[in-house]
Amino acid sequence: MLTPRLIPCLDVRDGRVVKGINFQNLRNVGDPVDFATKYEASGADEIVMLDVSATSEHRSAALNTVRALRRVLSIPLTVGGGVRSESDASALLDAGADKVALNTASVQSPILLTRLANRFGCQCIVQAIDAKRLDTGSSASGWTVFTHAGTRDTNIDAVDFARSAAGCGAGELLLTSIDHDGTGSGFDIPLLRAIAGIIDIPVIASGGGRTPQHLAAALDAGASAVLVATILHDGHNTVASLKQSLQALNVKVRA
Amino acid sequence: MHITIINTGAANLASVRAAFERLNCRTQTTEAPDDVLAAPAVVLPGVGAFGPAMQRLRDLRIDTALRARISGNKPTLAICLGLQLLLDASEESPGVAGLSIIPGTAVKFPNNAVRVPHMGWNTVRVSTDAPAWPWPTLIADAYFANSYRLSIALGTMPEWSLLTSEYAGTFVAAFARGSLLACQFHPELSGAFGHSLLQRWLDIAKANALGDQSMRDTELSRC
Repeated sequence: MLTPRLIPCLDVRDGRVVKGINFQNLRNVGDPVDFATKYEASGADEIVMLDVSATSEHRSAALNTVRALRRVLSIPLTVGGGVRSESDASALLDAGADKVALNTASVQSPILLTRLANRFGCQCIVQAIDAKRLDTGSSASGWTVFTHAGTRDTNIDAVDFARSAAGCGAGELLLTSIDHDGTGSGFDIPLLRAIAGIIDIPVIASGGGRTPQHLAAALDAGASAVLVATILHDGHNTVASLKQSLQALNVKVRA
Repeated sequence: MHITIINTGAANLASVRAAFERLNCRTQTTEAPDDVLAAPAVVLPGVGAFGPAMQRLRDLRIDTALRARISGNKPTLAICLGLQLLLDASEESPGVAGLSIIPGTAVKFPNNAVRVPHMGWNTVRVSTDAPAWPWPTLIADAYFANSYRLSIALGTMPEWSLLTSEYAGTFVAAFARGSLLACQFHPELSGAFGHSLLQRWLDIAKANALGDQSMRDTELSRC
C-alpha cells in the first residue's frame, strides 16, 4: 500500500539550517547535509529544503546546498523558497531537486504552475500555501493565503486557491498553517479537512505538529504526508521513534 | 562502469547521476543515437509528458537506436516515464506511438478513487507468475511519482519478470528481461532497495560487457 510520508523540513539560510516561530526569530541549528543524512538513515520518506534567504547572492548558496544534499540523499528532495520563475525552478532541478515548491510567484501568477507542469511534469511541481485564519469575513472559507514568507495578506481564499492550483498543474500541496507553525499545538485540522476534502492531489500538512498524535490526526484529516522540523531538531525525537509511535497508533508507515 | 544517460530534455538527471556515482560509476549524458546504440550501459530517464518525450526521441533518432539496443539485449534501464515510453501508447498523449518494446497502454489512475499523482512509497512484490530476474528481494518499498500506469492481467507478459504494486488495483511496478530493466518507480530515490536494484542491473551490465569482450576476443583469435 501507499504509505503516508514523514518529511523532515530543513529551513536553510546561508547554507545553515535555521528555525523560528511563526516565521520570526530564526536561529542557527546546524549543517543541512548532517541533518539530511541522519534523517534518511532514520527512515525519512523524503526531505524538504526551504531556502529562507532573501537575496540573490544567497540563492547561489542555496543551489550549492541542493547539490550537496543530492550527493548524499537516495530519497526524494523537494526544494522551495524564492522560486520566482521557470528559470529558478529549472536551476533547482538541475542542481538535484526532485520537486520544486512555489509560493508567492504562483499565487500571483498561477499560469506559472501550468508552464512548469507542461515542461517538467506535474509530479515535480509543489504549490506551497501559507494560510492564516482571519475572522474578518474577507474569505468565504475563513482562511486566507499569505505570501512573502507569511507577511502579506493576499485576500485570496485559501480553499479556492488550493482548487485552482491543483487545476493549473500542481502535483502536490504543501499546506502550512501560519497560526499553528512553530507552536507545537498540533496541525490545523479544520484547514486540512477543508482543503484535502476538495482536491484530489496529495496534501502535505505543515505547521504545529509536535506529537505522534498530532501527526496521526493530520493523516486522518486527509493529509498524505506530514512535514516536521522542530519536533526533530530539538533532539527529543527521531524519525524512527516517530514512526514507531505512529505504528502503535495503527498508522501504517514505511519501516 | 560508465553509464550513459539519455538527455530527454525535461528530466532532472541529477538524482540518477548521483545514484550511479554512489555506486562508483562515471556518468555522462547524451543526445546522440550512436552513443545510445553503442554505449555499454544506457539509462532512459523520464519526467515530463509522454507526447513531447516521444517526439524528442524521434527528432534525435534515438527511438530506432533504443529499439535496436534493446533487441540486441544491451544493458538498458528505463525509469518512470521511461518505462511508459517502451509501451505502445499512453492515455496522456492520445495518438502518439510509443516504442512498442512491450505491448500495452499507460492509463491514468482513477482520480475519483485515489489521489493522483500516485506519490510516495508503495510496496512492490515479485510476481510469482513471471520468470526470475535477480531482484534483490521479494518484497520491498519503492518511491513512485506517477499519474499513469500499466495495468495488465498477470500472465499476459509471460516472458517478462515483473514487480507489481497496488493503487486502485494492481499495476506493473517494474519489468525485466535479460539486461533490460524498466521501473515505474524511481530506483535512484528508493533508498537501500533502489541502491541494491541498481547494483543488480550493473552486475548484469558488467557481465554483458565481459561477454561482448570475450566474443570479440574469440572472433579476433579466429582471424
